[in-house]
Amino acid sequence: MVTLHFVPHHEIASLTSVGRIRKLLSIAKENKIVLLEGRLAKEEEAELIKATMEEINKDFKGIELAVIKPSAGQLRGFERIKTEVVSFFLGDNAGLTIIGPASVVKSIRRDPHKIELLTREAAKK
Amino acid sequence: MMNFLLSLKNSLKRLLRGRSSLVIGLYGPPNAGKTTLANKICKDWIGEEMGTVSPIAHETREVKVKEKVCIKTETGKELMFNLIDTPGIATRIDYEDFMKAGLPEAKAKKRAKEATKGVIEAIKWLDDVDTVVVVIDATQDPYSQVNVTIIGNLAARNIPVLIIGNKVDLKRASLKRVKAAFPQYAVVGISAKYGTNMNDFYEALAKVTE
Repeated sequence: MVTLHFVPHHEIASLTSVGRIRKLLSIAKENKIVLLEGRLAKEEEAELIKATMEEINKDFKGIELAVIKPSAGQLRGFERIKTEVVSFFLGDNAGLTIIGPASVVKSIRRDPHKIELLTREAAKK
Repeated sequence: MMNFLLSLKNSLKRLLRGRSSLVIGLYGPPNAGKTTLANKICKDWIGEEMGTVSPIAHETREVKVKEKVCIKTETGKELMFNLIDTPGIATRIDYEDFMKAGLPEAKAKKRAKEATKGVIEAIKWLDDVDTVVVVIDATQDPYSQVNVTIIGNLAARNIPVLIIGNKVDLKRASLKRVKAAFPQYAVVGISAKYGTNMNDFYEALAKVTE
């Protein structure tokens, strides 16, 4: 059985970068797939990889990560400015970040139009 | 104007760090051919190789530095830099994968442990590079989140990026797919193993560091 854990953006908005990463990683370490509303800052994504490497042991093999985000190129004029201003002050809550523990998620295939998540159970069949 | 400001910022950054050499880092996922490219650059301009390559992932588990690499392009541009070859960046490392590749358990566990440290070290080095060459295996899916994360992180830091689609000698390679994934960046297709298109690579490298 696969458990999906939805994290609304407001749950991490007030946390520090370290706090956000710790929270998301602790959920993934419980073998749950994290669905985060929005995305981490680009620097935080690199820090998430670093923190993941620090946590790897015989039980936790790492994560699979994917971000789905409406392309900035699709937004025009006022909509684009509005999105950028909101992101600056409130964080980036557009799109979706998927963080799957490597013990559950075998791979995430992504292209601009779709995302495919292959779990280990499905891969065995 | 923007390029000039960026170049000025990078020069000031180097000055503040107390060094004048440009630092170029090779980044990318494991087995993309970073060390093969580093070896090719070093063989072309210094006459010696930089590191060992292997079909098993995470062969490079420590950052390697080759100082004062001086290249001269066909159009007469000269570039002196310190070359950094980094371990492949991954989000998962499982010693059992190394065992499947033929390593005994003890060696596989050791390799996995060293590989995790290598990824951390590679990410830390992002603070010290002036230009990054992201090496992508052109036979693989370019949309992999590791590529997106590395390139996004570099963009956030305003570090100039050159993307290399490596292994174009293989039939499955698709440079078109790499270019489509990162339309805002310069992309050059090469085969580091066979030295294909290296002149274009050196020209693009000189251009991106201007």
